[in-house]
Amino acid sequence: MSDNVVVEEKPVDTVAIMNQLPGADIVGQSPLHHAELDALSKKGVRKGGVHLRENKLQAHLTLRCNPNNTEQLAAVVRVLDVALPLQPLTSVEKGDVSIRWISPDEWLIVVPGEKAFEVETRFREEMEGHHSLVNSSGGSTILELSGDNVVDMLKKSTPIDLHPKEFPVGKVVSTVFAKSSAIIRRTGDKRFELVIRRSFADYIWLWIQDASREFGLVIEA
Amino acid sequence: MTQKNRLQSGGRIDRSKPLTFTYNGKQYKGYQGDTLASAMLANGIDVIGRSFKYSRPRGIIAAGAEEPNAIMQLGATEATQVPNVRATQQELFNGLVSGATNGWPSVDTDVMGVLGKVGGNMMPPGFYYKTFMYPQSMWDTYESIIRKAAGLGRSPLENDPDMYDKVNQHCDVLVVGAGPAGLAAALTAARSGARVIIADEQSEFGGSLLSSKETLNGAPASEWVSFVVDELRGYDDVMMLPRSTVNGYHDHNFLTIHERRTDHIADRAPDGQVRQRMHRVRAKWVVLATGAHERPLVFANNDVPGCMVANAVSTYITRYGVVPGNDLVLMTTNDSGYQAALDWHDAGRRVAAVVDTRKNPSGDRVDAARKRGLNLITGSAVIEVQGSKRVSGVSVAPISADGKSVAGSVTKISADTVASSGGWSPVIHLSCHTGSRPVWNEEVVGFLPGPTVQKQLTAGAINGSYSTSKALAEGQQAALDAIAALGMKAAEVVLPQAVEVNEGQPMTLFHIPHLKSTAKAPKQFVDYQNDVTAAGIELACREGYESIEHVKRYTAMGFGTDQGKLGNINGMAVAASALNKTIPETGTTIFRPNYTPVTFGAIAGRDCGELFDPKRYTAMHKWHVENGAKFEDVGQWKRPWYFPKAGESMQDALNRECKATRESVGILDASTLGKIDIQGKDAREFLGRVYTNAWAKLAVGKCRYGLMCGEDGMVFDDGVTSCLGENHFVMTTTSGGAARVYEWLELYHQTEWPEMEVYFNTVTDHWATMTISGPNSRKLLQELTDYDVSKENLGFMDWREMQVAGVPARVFRISFTGELSFEINVQANYGLHVWEKLFEHGAKYNLTPYGTETMHILRAEKGFIIAGQDTDGSVHPYDLGMGWCVSPNKPFSFIGKRGMAREDCVRPNRKQLVGLKTLDPNVVLPEGAQGVLDPNAPIPMPMVGHITSSYWSANLGRSIAMGFVKGGLDKMGEKVFYPLADGRVIEAEICSPIFLDPKGERQNV
Amino acid sequence: MFHIYCPHCGEYREEEEFHAKGQAHIARPLDPEACSDKEWGEYLFFRKNPRGLHHELWVHAAGCRKFFNVTRDTQTYEIKEVYKIGEQPSFVTEE
Repeated sequence: MSDNVVVEEKPVDTVAIMNQLPGADIVGQSPLHHAELDALSKKGVRKGGVHLRENKLQAHLTLRCNPNNTEQLAAVVRVLDVALPLQPLTSVEKGDVSIRWISPDEWLIVVPGEKAFEVETRFREEMEGHHSLVNSSGGSTILELSGDNVVDMLKKSTPIDLHPKEFPVGKVVSTVFAKSSAIIRRTGDKRFELVIRRSFADYIWLWIQDASREFGLVIEA
Repeated sequence: MTQKNRLQSGGRIDRSKPLTFTYNGKQYKGYQGDTLASAMLANGIDVIGRSFKYSRPRGIIAAGAEEPNAIMQLGATEATQVPNVRATQQELFNGLVSGATNGWPSVDTDVMGVLGKVGGNMMPPGFYYKTFMYPQSMWDTYESIIRKAAGLGRSPLENDPDMYDKVNQHCDVLVVGAGPAGLAAALTAARSGARVIIADEQSEFGGSLLSSKETLNGAPASEWVSFVVDELRGYDDVMMLPRSTVNGYHDHNFLTIHERRTDHIADRAPDGQVRQRMHRVRAKWVVLATGAHERPLVFANNDVPGCMVANAVSTYITRYGVVPGNDLVLMTTNDSGYQAALDWHDAGRRVAAVVDTRKNPSGDRVDAARKRGLNLITGSAVIEVQGSKRVSGVSVAPISADGKSVAGSVTKISADTVASSGGWSPVIHLSCHTGSRPVWNEEVVGFLPGPTVQKQLTAGAINGSYSTSKALAEGQQAALDAIAALGMKAAEVVLPQAVEVNEGQPMTLFHIPHLKSTAKAPKQFVDYQNDVTAAGIELACREGYESIEHVKRYTAMGFGTDQGKLGNINGMAVAASALNKTIPETGTTIFRPNYTPVTFGAIAGRDCGELFDPKRYTAMHKWHVENGAKFEDVGQWKRPWYFPKAGESMQDALNRECKATRESVGILDASTLGKIDIQGKDAREFLGRVYTNAWAKLAVGKCRYGLMCGEDGMVFDDGVTSCLGENHFVMTTTSGGAARVYEWLELYHQTEWPEMEVYFNTVTDHWATMTISGPNSRKLLQELTDYDVSKENLGFMDWREMQVAGVPARVFRISFTGELSFEINVQANYGLHVWEKLFEHGAKYNLTPYGTETMHILRAEKGFIIAGQDTDGSVHPYDLGMGWCVSPNKPFSFIGKRGMAREDCVRPNRKQLVGLKTLDPNVVLPEGAQGVLDPNAPIPMPMVGHITSSYWSANLGRSIAMGFVKGGLDKMGEKVFYPLADGRVIEAEICSPIFLDPKGERQNV
Repeated sequence: MFHIYCPHCGEYREEEEFHAKGQAHIARPLDPEACSDKEWGEYLFFRKNPRGLHHELWVHAAGCRKFFNVTRDTQTYEIKEVYKIGEQPSFVTEE
């Protein structure tokens, strides 16, 4: 398309997107809101083998598209300024955008919470062909786990092999976590990130507290 | 109390650390490094329990996992009771409290002993089958006696205070057993850079080297063990697990290791430590270096306390500094057995005789015995033991060269200990767990691991390679094989030099003959724990049991907690002889997991209490709790069931909730409904294929109810799907069916119709969903939105995007109550905010929260089904009277269409869902009640269908029910009778299931 | 506990991540209406139960959620191969 031609808008009602965020006066409650992690971070222990922080109220967008469609791949770069990770079980991160490979035709994109609608709108403008972009921000949250014993704790929780040879930094897996599930990504030598479902968040929070007991659990704000 | 059998020096115990323990209420002393068994033997405790069936006094026989008798009850408090712990594996700690397991009421005055005395005739094999089968009416009586008298140990009556957990592990090489073979394997693999786990059930690594006096490189073997252990400790990728039993070997090299982390320290795990841990290991290669167990011989009265396995005698002397008696008679078929007599003699106690079943034994150990001047009696056997609570003497007689008969006169020798050795049985258990059948080896006189598809290697005594030098070499080779298969480069390991011992040929002998026939001779035990005798096995064979698997089950041989580790080979030999077959012809039973018993705590791990099963919560859960909701489990969801006010019964609360909703407005948290976002140009066509009704014309902004069937035509889920955009829909499913429906859609898309352009994404957790229902629901909603929610602007089965309480929302005008209803969906992070705002404005309308029970009643008043309650996988839409929801004329043969046209689905008189009104309006039929047309028909009465839903309807002032009746849709007004278990017969009339507002006027406002 | 190679994720995962979905290569008849009751019944209900090689449909339920096929020996539980939907097995039993 040329720059000086105004392109006809696509039919607006092919897919429905909406800005799901209210005004700033209404504060969202993350799935672990009730756990009062901020308060715990102030009065809890300062030393321990496992550290936990909820990276809450981010925008979680699930992209489905064709990895063989170069037009679509280019559209992603235009919107996010970073290319989709096409290798299975890999992730990319650039600035405030991170993308996790979930399936051969599925990626989880995380951007700051307030950017969800903007990204959705940009995708609608940029991406052609069969695809879908679904906002799932309310349905999940991110737990950042770190510390000397983070692997020991995770080994109680998931059957995935976390040895650095098998699970290098940047690797991402969707797997079982205790009796629930999680998307686990290694973000550092002793640092991991879990994307967990909202309804299971309390169970996983209880599980992590329990599994960390012998190492000490430090809550970070 | 003195330790009368303790040596002044020697062994791996620490005499500077005395420990006190309790056995059957009495205090004793032992040392750090003892097992409970070695400490008991040191203190001269002979009887440690009564046998299972005959109630004979029993003593410690062995020194390891193979021990059949010394299974103890442990625990200083009620909460820390642990049954069936082998004293031979329990390390002693200060304050350990133990008791005999199976004496009822006590070891000394055992009521079953009376039965046992005459038990020879009273309890032959098959006794339980034969006796307690009939009369059946007596079973309750038998059972109470058997349950009390039988069984081993008791479980605690209080909750276990300790923590158990599970850890997932991965490695290149898992080495099972840390004897010479295992250590050589682990060292080789570790040096080559492999990720190694080495596990051993004992407290220290070293295996047989711990209880032998042999040397490696001219130094005590324990020095080499320390050297290897120290080196292994230095590798990051080596995990060393002492006190850890590899219990199960499962498919694809998955193994479980039961690690006892604090059982050796105290009664309870100190400082909140994990008491036991189950390692779930996925190993690329497994090296089994599990060693061998010595076989005792089978001879008359071989269970009298004081009878032991020869190697155990050596182990107690060498490792624990305990000589378990004063006067020893050793009986052996082989050279290795001699070591017990040598060690006994060297410990300064009397060896009364060494009885060798071979005529002309020769070998280094035989020479050593001769050199010490021991009384060597060859070509003979101990044919009988005297004594009851302890051996007092033995009868020795010459035997024939084939070992089948007594061939001379009997000599009596006084002794208090009889050690016997019939050779060794490789510990092949783990290799059998995945179904590999062991193979008999004539040279080894034992079964060896059979062919396997697992990535499994074996080394050392498990292969019948009993010398230390062979074990070391095989261990190293196994590791080299694994390293090569892994494509890694092997590192060099120089093995230590072991001293070779010359051994003579062993004699193949299992069952020692007696002057009398086996049936008439005193009992000759094969399986101690289950009291299986040679006579019992012969009887089983005589009664026609030819398969060893049947003999096992008939006699219970190998069924104990020891799994017949000592007795199985002997038992097979006895059976083979009775059947006139060879052992390989007779075959073997197979070993199954677990190798030794595992505690329930270790099996459960952390999946108990609050963590037993995930509890799923909605965004409004906190409000429900604060407002007194009672909860119901729907799948893993915790859903409010009802909201009782102070003093209200459940029925009171339901009546109030139902009336408030129909009269003003109620609110339900519907967030748990499954929600699937569907996009793509073929989304609409896809819906048409998976739902029974038509979707081609559903306009943007509209909602429609759909039924989902399997290919068999039977309903399996339902819900409302809304058209969000021309190529965009959101499907709702039942709360419990969400995951199944999602997988169902993917199954068809991926395997049948991959050409269709459609994507499915689950958004169940993303949206918080609250339904306001009732005549005032519109007024309430209008107060919270600028959008015009009038009938004209937001009609029935429409949805619109709007702001509700300042939060962007999708509002669906759909109804499951038959009232004017609005289902408000907002991003879940804002769910509680909107919910609370609704209550701020709802007070003046008496906004009433209701739970699943009121939802069920309100929908039943309208005759709406609940998939899974009113359907059970055997009903199609027409059975439900929902033919209106099937569009047979759709161009594509939708899922379920062909199925519901099968002959059986279109026959008359199928069970059909109808409404049922009891004659007495105050009687509520129980759900599940079966209907009959003639209550006076003879039993069994022909049944015509059951009640699926039944409630008290406060709005109608009477009971209502839905249920199946054969041909029910054509039987309106007819009677059905429900005979109940309590004798009542409830009469009901068939009616339409729509009890309220049949024209739907209440929701079309 | 099987160890199953997911052909989409490209690595082995524990069995608990997967669901078994029965015999593979059962295609839905293209024209169901043309099937007799017997034919439809066979499509619906009749499955092989071989001793030996069996082609099975599995889904990586907790992982990428993709369906794929497995050739498994029902006696030894060895998995001989995994292959994607639309592909044919290379291990087959002579019939």
